Amino acid sequence: MIPILQVRNLSVRFGGLTAIADMTMDVREGEVLSLIGPNGAGKTTAFNAITGYLAPTSGGIAFRGKSLKGMRTDAIALLGLVRTFQKTSVFGGRSALDNVLIGLHLRARQTPLAILLGFPYVEREERELIEEARKILGFVGLGKREKEQASALPYGDQRLLEVAIALAAQPKLLMLDEPVSGMNPSETAGFMAKLAEIRKLGITVLLVEHDMKMVMGVSDRVVCLSQGRIIADGTPAEIQRDPEVIRAYLGERFRRVVGGNA
Amino acid sequence: MDELLQHGLNALLLGGTYALLGIGLTLIFGIMKVVNFTHGELYAFGAYMMYALVTLLGVNFFVALPLAIALGVALGALLELVLLRRLRGADIDTTMLVMIGAWIALQNAEQLAWTGVAKSVSTPFPAAPLVIGPVSMAWNRVFVLIVALALIAVTYFLIDRTKLGRAMRATFQDRDTAALMGVRIGNIHTATFALGSGLAAAAGALLGPVFVAYPSMGDLAATKAFAIVILGGLGSIPGATLGGFVLALVEELGAGYVSSGYRDAMGFLLIIVILLFRPTGLFARKERIG
Amino acid sequence: MSEKAKPLVTAAWLLFLVSIPLWLDNAYLLHVLIVTGIFIIAAMSLNLLLGYAGQLSLGHVAFFGIGAYASALVSLGFKVTLWPQWALTVEPKPVWLAMLTGMLAAGASGWFIGRIAFKVRGAYFVIVSISFAEVVRLVAVNWVELTQGPMALNNIPPVEAFGFVFYRKPANYWLVLGIAIASYVLIRRLVHSRAGRAMVALAENEALATSVGIDVTRYLVLAAVVSATMAGTAGALYAHYVRIVDPDVFLFIYTVTMVIMVITGGKGTLAGPVVGGLIFGLLPEGLRAAAIAPEAQWIVYGALMVLVVYFLPQGIVPALKKVRG
Repeated sequence: MIPILQVRNLSVRFGGLTAIADMTMDVREGEVLSLIGPNGAGKTTAFNAITGYLAPTSGGIAFRGKSLKGMRTDAIALLGLVRTFQKTSVFGGRSALDNVLIGLHLRARQTPLAILLGFPYVEREERELIEEARKILGFVGLGKREKEQASALPYGDQRLLEVAIALAAQPKLLMLDEPVSGMNPSETAGFMAKLAEIRKLGITVLLVEHDMKMVMGVSDRVVCLSQGRIIADGTPAEIQRDPEVIRAYLGERFRRVVGGNA
Repeated sequence: MDELLQHGLNALLLGGTYALLGIGLTLIFGIMKVVNFTHGELYAFGAYMMYALVTLLGVNFFVALPLAIALGVALGALLELVLLRRLRGADIDTTMLVMIGAWIALQNAEQLAWTGVAKSVSTPFPAAPLVIGPVSMAWNRVFVLIVALALIAVTYFLIDRTKLGRAMRATFQDRDTAALMGVRIGNIHTATFALGSGLAAAAGALLGPVFVAYPSMGDLAATKAFAIVILGGLGSIPGATLGGFVLALVEELGAGYVSSGYRDAMGFLLIIVILLFRPTGLFARKERIG
Repeated sequence: MSEKAKPLVTAAWLLFLVSIPLWLDNAYLLHVLIVTGIFIIAAMSLNLLLGYAGQLSLGHVAFFGIGAYASALVSLGFKVTLWPQWALTVEPKPVWLAMLTGMLAAGASGWFIGRIAFKVRGAYFVIVSISFAEVVRLVAVNWVELTQGPMALNNIPPVEAFGFVFYRKPANYWLVLGIAIASYVLIRRLVHSRAGRAMVALAENEALATSVGIDVTRYLVLAAVVSATMAGTAGALYAHYVRIVDPDVFLFIYTVTMVIMVITGGKGTLAGPVVGGLIFGLLPEGLRAAAIAPEAQWIVYGALMVLVVYFLPQGIVPALKKVRG
């Protein structure tokens, strides 16, 4: 079975600055893979390059065997690759329910002509979509807040809404960019449980995260990025002991203190 | 060939004032990010002030000119203080709508004050044109070019060399840092808007006597100003300067070789064509002022 | 107001509106209502592009005017020399066909603008849209062979359908009312659908919208085409009611009027352009009755617009909703 996502020799350069250098990795179907690394390591840049927000300087990306080269973001979403954003990203002026309804865009079949002419199936589909949206809101725990304006929701709930919107788009691979940043420990624990449920739905998850407890708790595999390069790839336990990883995060001095000369 | 030379010269003479219009707008639209619909009205204001001072009050032409410009600066400052202060931080559509409201009010106030009859301003220059070989130029237009170039030079100096200019650049590049360093942000906004408006008024004060003053003269001027700003790139003063001359040239050639009726369409067509191929303008740069 | 009462209130309003020509004796007022109705249709169309899809399109009058001119020209017949030796002659066509042509022409220019909106963003697009309208106006002024320039297209035939000629005011009033209601319904359907949500999503947060599969170009173009076609319909109605069309129909001031109607009424709401249209369609009459000079009127509008933006930034309709709810 081919990996759901294959990144081969991905490079992203801005002018003279190399954000990502020769990145090669796989994401296996059904797993939860976490991408870690110090700030500025290039994690969000990698996300942007994979999902079409940035054009890679060189290298290839394939999703379920299909090359993503030159594809627009919305076309990539249509294939089943959906990402969330590092900075809280919701449709602030709309209600929570509307937010998820927008996320259900690809699931709906209404054509503009049918809409304008008022074909009955449009109304039927609208009702079905609202049902579905309610289910998804319930899944992330926002069922009671469907009528509230998204920008008025508390921070933690907004982040949950983001995930709800992404889930609505029926991802086969869900890419989450720092989903629990800014959340308190209980919210984080709640999210980890949700992540387990998302797995059970058969969705593969690629995660960028700083919260090490969460990373070690949910991941099947961890890849560590530093200064645009992959420096380690393995199970959480292996990564925790990896001297390169420790050095990248804590700096040279600590390697000599902690890792000895391993 | 002679015809071409004449067109080129006409373009040169007109281009200076166009550049003033463009620089003024690039300061406001390009740098302050205000879609300034009142820019044309300041242009008309400058022209009408010349009329009021010279024809109605009998002030000496060369005294009236700087006075009219100063009044334009004052009006600009007033607009900023009254209308825009409250909207600091609002999104671009909101400010745009307020500017549209202000534009309507200003233009109709001008119409009420001066009526729709075109007003002419007498100039102290000889009516007979200066003829040099195959080309001829009107004296007042030569004067206009000289003053325009002088004003452009003054603006460059102001932005580049003075403390005010440095403060402006700082404010619009990185507002928070500028505030931390003691720059009075509010005053800089007012000063920038006033300067931009003053340049528009200057263009009007210079061209009013060359043509005539009528209430809707600002509309065409505003559109050309926008065309120049887009030509030169938002926020680029050199771009706006060059853009002013380029637009004047395109208009002259279009009017001369295609049809004079479409002269004013040239600016618009230029805008559409440029933005279709280079959505960020011809000379768009990352830096702001300067 | 309870959910049950709403359809009844709507029905009552509609009955009232339909009945007006039956008891209103004043032909001039009826004329004002007709023109206001036409403007409301145009304002609703602008609201779709500006209020819902978030595009700062200030060239809307171009669609209106193109619809008016195309419809007028096809109904009158015209002849233009496109190249030396080659003239395009069109015989006068039935009005309904002419209006359809007007709608299509407007829709096509909407498609063009929609594609540009995608390439050229934000403040630049404002300028492009204004420029587009101005170029069209200058073409109307200068291409005298086609448009008669400032001398205007005269004697445009009135609307004729099913053998009935819409010559008198009451007939035109009902025609405009009918099309206004149909336009309202179309916009409402669009807004409460996947397409409408996509437009709003693009306006609010484009990056997020594309991440869930919304195609930016497709929905911007859709908004522009529907909006332009509707505005073109309003223009065609205007041409066959007033029966004279000149290049002044492309003046920027009319775009501004529509923008004021949409913004003060409440952009992004269904009732907004209707409320705004009624206010700014009927207000001039009220001011005229009070013998205020037209310039002073416009100063009032300008001031009103500024005040609305300051104190009721969402417009009147949302403010009223807040007061009620």
